[in-house]
Parts: sequence; C-alpha cells; structure tokens
Amino acid sequence: MPTPSLKLNGNPLARFQSLIALGAMVAVMALLSDKFLTADNSRNILRQISVNICLSVGMTLVVLTAGIDLSVGAILALSGAVAAGLLKNGLVLRHFNVLLQFTVFGAILAGILTGLVLGCFNGVTVTRFGLPPFVATLGMFSIARGLTMLWTGGFPITDLGTGFGYIGTGVWLDIPMPVWISGAVVAVFVLVMHRMRFGRYVYAVGGNERAALLSGLQVNRIKLWVYTLAGGLSGVAGLIITARLDSAQPNAGLGYELDSIAAVVIGGTSLSGGRGSVAGTVMGCVIIGVLNNGLFLLNVSPFWQQVVKGFVILIAVAIDRRSAK
Amino acid sequence: MQETSDIVLEARGICKSFPGVQAVQDVDLVLRRGRLTALLGENGAGKSTLMNIIAGVFPPNAGKILVDGREVRIANPRDAQAHGIAMIFQELNLIPHLTVAENIFLGRETVNDLRLIDYPAMNRNAATLLKQLDLLVPPTAIVANLRVGQQQVVEIAKALAGEARILIMDEPTSALTEHEIESLFRAIHSLKQKGAAIVYITHKLKELSRIGDDVVVMRDGRLIAAAPLKDLGHDEIVRMMVGRDLADLYRKTPGVVGDEVLRVEGLSLKHPTRSDVFVFRGMDARVCRGEVLGIFGLMGAGRTEFLETIFGLHHRNCTGRVYIDGSEVSITSPAKAIALGLALAPEDRKTEGLMLDMSVVENTSLASLGRLLRFGFIRRRMEEKFVDDAIERFHVKTPSPRQLVRYLSGGNQQKVVLAKWLATRPKVVLLDEPTRGIDISAKREIYMLIDELKRGGIAVVMVSSELPEILAISDRIVVMCQGRLTAEFMQEDATEERVMLAALPQASAA
Repeated sequence: MPTPSLKLNGNPLARFQSLIALGAMVAVMALLSDKFLTADNSRNILRQISVNICLSVGMTLVVLTAGIDLSVGAILALSGAVAAGLLKNGLVLRHFNVLLQFTVFGAILAGILTGLVLGCFNGVTVTRFGLPPFVATLGMFSIARGLTMLWTGGFPITDLGTGFGYIGTGVWLDIPMPVWISGAVVAVFVLVMHRMRFGRYVYAVGGNERAALLSGLQVNRIKLWVYTLAGGLSGVAGLIITARLDSAQPNAGLGYELDSIAAVVIGGTSLSGGRGSVAGTVMGCVIIGVLNNGLFLLNVSPFWQQVVKGFVILIAVAIDRRSAK
Repeated sequence: MQETSDIVLEARGICKSFPGVQAVQDVDLVLRRGRLTALLGENGAGKSTLMNIIAGVFPPNAGKILVDGREVRIANPRDAQAHGIAMIFQELNLIPHLTVAENIFLGRETVNDLRLIDYPAMNRNAATLLKQLDLLVPPTAIVANLRVGQQQVVEIAKALAGEARILIMDEPTSALTEHEIESLFRAIHSLKQKGAAIVYITHKLKELSRIGDDVVVMRDGRLIAAAPLKDLGHDEIVRMMVGRDLADLYRKTPGVVGDEVLRVEGLSLKHPTRSDVFVFRGMDARVCRGEVLGIFGLMGAGRTEFLETIFGLHHRNCTGRVYIDGSEVSITSPAKAIALGLALAPEDRKTEGLMLDMSVVENTSLASLGRLLRFGFIRRRMEEKFVDDAIERFHVKTPSPRQLVRYLSGGNQQKVVLAKWLATRPKVVLLDEPTRGIDISAKREIYMLIDELKRGGIAVVMVSSELPEILAISDRIVVMCQGRLTAEFMQEDATEERVMLAALPQASAA
C-alpha cells in the first residue's frame, strides 16, 4: 500500500498565502506613498483595526462552530451605550428611590457584562431552541439596536471624562491602549484555542458535530460559551470605540458585523466550521486595515475602497477554496 | 447470442486510487444487451468504485470506456446519462416532498406549448412506466410516504424515463422485504426483455439464480473472474470472492467469560415523530467481561439505534432498564455513557466518528482530554506520548501523528476511531459495523484487535451485516428483525442459515 504523503494543510504554501498577500500589499503601498511605512502610520493602522480585531476574534469562534453572528455590531453599540450611560447618569432605581453611581471600572464591567448577557441569549436561542445561528443573531441584531435607541433616546451620550477616555485614547509605552487591549484579547484567545481543552472542543464541534456529541462533548454547552464570548468581546469593542470617540453613538458599529465576517473569511476560516484560526483572523483584520489606510493615503475615494474590499474578500475565499481541495 | 453487436458497454483497464488505497486496479468489464451482470465481491473489493466511475461520479485514473463500440468520456453523471447510463445508489436520490411523477421526470418535465409543466400528461406517462414496473402507487403520491422498496422502483422508473439502457443497481435488495424483492425482480425481468443491460451489485448469492446471466467477481480492487452464471458453481463463486477463508484471517482465542458487565431489560425506542411506531421494542441483552456479543440483522432492523440508545443518544424516547456491573443506571447522554465505561464506535466513521480536518493526535485524544490536563491546559508532551502509544498499538499507518485524518485510508481511519475509544479505558465497547468499507488486511487487524480487547477483559458488542464475520468473531449472537429480538445462539449452534432465517422478516409481516 502506498504511504500517504504528509499533508498538513493541503499546500504548504497555503499557510503563508495571506502573509505573502499582505507583504505584497505593504510593498506596493510603501512604493506609492512615503507616508505609509512610518511608525506613526503603523500605529494608526493598528489602532484603527483594534475594534475589528476584538469583534473578529469572537466571530472566529462562532464561525469555527459552523455558526455566524450578525449581532456583534449591535451588541457593540448597546454595550458602549450602557457603559457610557451608567458612567454619566448612573442607574435610577425608582422603585427603591435609589440612584446608583458608577465608577469607571464599574461602567466598564457593566459594558462587558451587557455583551456577555446578549451573547449568552444568542447561545440559548441557538442551542435550546435550535434556531439557525443566522436567524437567531439576526433577531438579536434588531433587539440590541432597538434597546440602544431606547437607552439613549436616539442621542449620543458624550463627555465621559478622561478616566474612561483612557481606554480609547491613552498611550502606554508608545502604543495606544486599544492596541494593548486587542493584543491581549488575541493573546488570550490564541492560548485558549490551541492550548486549552475548550479550544480543541470548539474545533471538534465545528469539524463534526455528531462525532463530537458521540465523543461525549457537551456540544450545546460549548456553543453557548462561544456565543457568550463573542458577545463579551463585542462589549469590549464597544468600550474601546465609545472611549475613543468620547461618545456613545446610538448608531455605532453599523455594518461592523460584515467587516468582521470579512476578516474571518480573509483569514482563512471556513464558514462551514472546523477549519481556521484566531491568528489567521488577525491577519485578515490587518489586511483590511492596510487596504483601507493605504487607499486613504492614496486619496482613493472611500466608495472605491468598498469596491476593492469586496474583491479582496472574493479573491481570498476563492484561493482558500482551491487550496482546500 | 453472444455476438459483439450485443455489447452495449465495455470498460478497459480501469484504475482508480484514493489516498492510501488502490481501489480499482486494471479492471475490464463487458455489458451486453438484455443481460444482467452480477457484480460480486466483499465490502471494499472495489465494486462500488468501479460503478461510480462508469456512472461518472468520479473519473478513473486510467482506462477507457466504450459505449456501443465508441470510446466516450464520462466526466460527470450528466455525461453518463447522455450515454444512457443510470445508477441507482444505495442511498436513494429522490426528492422526498415531491410526487412520484415529479421525481420520475425531474429535469425533463413534460411541458405544454406555454412551457408550463403539463401535469396531466406527466402523470399519465408516469402511470404507464409504473405499470410496466408493476408498482401500484398513484403518480401523485408523495415519495416520502412510500416504503423504501417502492422508492427503489420509482428510482428505476426515473432511470427508464431518462431512456437508460445501462442500469446499475447497488445492493438494491438490502433494505427490502421478501414481497418487495419479488416486485423488484419482476421489474428487472421486464427491463431485460426490453433490452436493458443491468449491473447488479449484491452480496446475496441466492438471488442470482433468479435474475442473473453473467457474473463478475472482484477482490481487493482486481477482477478475479467474469463468466456466464451457469458456468460457475456457488462454492466456486464464494471462494473467488473471499480468496482465503475467514478462518485464516482470524483465529479466535477461546473466551474466558467473566462477570456480567452490561445488561439491558425491555429496552424500547419510540420513533421520534410518530409515537405509535417503535424503532425497536422489548430488547433484552447482556454481555460479560471478555465476551463478544454479535448483533446481526438486516438494514433497518434497528441495530444501530439499539447501540445508540444504550449510549444515551435517544434517552427522551426510550423506555427500559440498563444495568452496569449489576446496578441500574440512567444514561442520558454520551458523556454519561463514557463516564460509566461505555464506548461507541459508530457505523459511519466519516460522518459520525471523526473530525476529518483534525489531526490523528487531536482525534485520538478527543474523548480523553480530561486526563491530559494541567491547570486547564492540555499537556502537549503527554498528549503526544499518549497518541504515539495508541498509533503503535493499533498499527495506524500514518506519516505523522500530525497528519489530518482526511488523508488516511479507510482502514486506518477506523483504527483511529478505535484508538480514540480504547483510550477512554472502557469496560464495554459497542462496535457498529467496524469493518465496513475497509480492505481485507485492515479487517484482519481489526479482528485481532477485538480479540485482544476480549483477552483484556473488555466486553464487546458488535453489530455487523456480514454474516461470516459475525459467525467467526462472536461468542454469542443475537438476531434482530424489524425492531425485535428474534433469536439467540451460542457460537457453536449458529449457522449461516439459522441466523439468516431469524433475520428475515416473516412472510406474514411483509
């Protein structure tokens, strides 16, 4: 019998495809604009993509289980608004005649908690009620958008103070805080996905749900966690964006779910689950970031930027399909 | 009779390999008008692969196909259809919620002048076809409501509607009752009379005398013999199929049967949607340490569901009692079953047993990760050692433990499934068709492994539809038929005839 040859990821080059593409893009941009390859601009790009990184790491987990989360942008908006509102106005409990004031730390926790709770709700509708993730999170999209409008009355909540603003605008060791935060998120999730049992189980559930169930994995519990974490990370992203703008916009994060799905897909994660990685997704975020930034520096109209991004998504997935065969 | 003008299809030097397996090797095949060629061979002999090539499901690596003496290229099922070749798969390819007529004329609907579907005409045409095939259902019946056997005839009608002259049937009778087999045979007769060439893959040699004209035997991907049926004797055919006696493949260690580990009493499973229908009913069984219990039954007898129910997959719809080591347990999930010392290697390793895009390491350790943790982190060294041991013990042929399971051969994949389960240190191993679709040497290794488990004091429950396998390996055999236990034999009392008799539905039930 012929010995099958070692094929880890189909084509050995496949793992570096996105890296090569990124390298090529950077080279072209650097040639076309002298402002592109500077420390300042690199910092800028990293800061710009940090929100998308937080969302996309969560999205990666969801997509690895063969699901999708359309509510991340809406959860981002609500989490940011909740944190901002609590920080600024506190919470009035009329029934008890109490006004709860929130510290910056308390507001941050409340923002993240909002994300976790809504994410958990997604998880429950997907696992308990067996709704397709697309539908379940589409519902949540509308719910969270509506709640954000109710909570803010449709007006931005501004002037949140420097303490809170530090999350978005602060700089430590020459690196902006959003970059530190998103970097920490990536580090934690790379570790979780590749070194911990939970990560292995996420891949297993997405790779073959039936086999995972038969192997004694608590498939529903794993999925519940995945959606909850995605919600929590949306909360984190919501805090960053709110702090950065010093304002919770009721329309924050509109369309961000699509950017994050794009990053996940460009990063090589399969929409049918089981294949992909957090590292790939980070690469996807960087590619999108470099593209937006570079085209901006080259004075390309933002409308064209969208067109280009669309083609990048199509090309990335087409290449990925090819190499997966 | 046998002039060259009779030849409808000829295949020459067909070769096909999959990663790790040479599935078909240099095979020639000749099909003639109005004759039924029985294609025989064990599981994994390459029969289905050969037929899939002719039907355009996948291309051969080498060889050519001639239809009516002209070489043709069959790159996909559409090409095959254009040449009048139709294949009826084991899994039926009908659309369940359309009517019989809609299915028969799918893709070539009868239309009127306005390009709208002309239902009255289509239904009339369908009725004519169904009558020819002796199937008494209205063309407007919904396919999902028909029995499997009737659906099979609808498939044949569909092939005929497409003007098929070459019809390939892959084990068409495996799920049929006696009565349904009769009407299928009548349909086959009328097809032959109309000049169709038929390839008929089967394991049931007894059927051949009724319908067969020519015999082709395959083994391990090669053509062993091709001759008219009347020139070959039954024993000769069997010898050619197997090549060696199963006794050579496997020598059983006399079992030292210990204490009872697993016992089920009155286990019944209701159909998930139709509460008045039972998938199986009133099952009693027990198995002891160091014993192999074989469960035999035809497709649809409820064997797989029986194992799954014990394993906690259907706990909402089942009733009855399960005891492990003498105390009653309630198994509500596979996780619980594993904790109690059960393991289930499922029937279809690709859809139920493995994560194809994960490595050998990850697949093997999946069910035992709990033992490999420190502070919540997987201890990678320990995991690698753990898997290396398993690979060695089970002779998994893989270039590296990091190889994706997708690229292993069927036999090696099956060994990974078994390795995964034995790594959980079970007391009872439930094996569902452990040798389905793997080659003969891998089969032998799996038999040895079962023997080793037995000697290690593990209780084994094995479901198989291969009678010789069940007879050779089991210490005790129970037979299921239509959801009920119909017989129990000690190995020394079991013969092919007696076991098969118990597995066949009685005429009154059909």
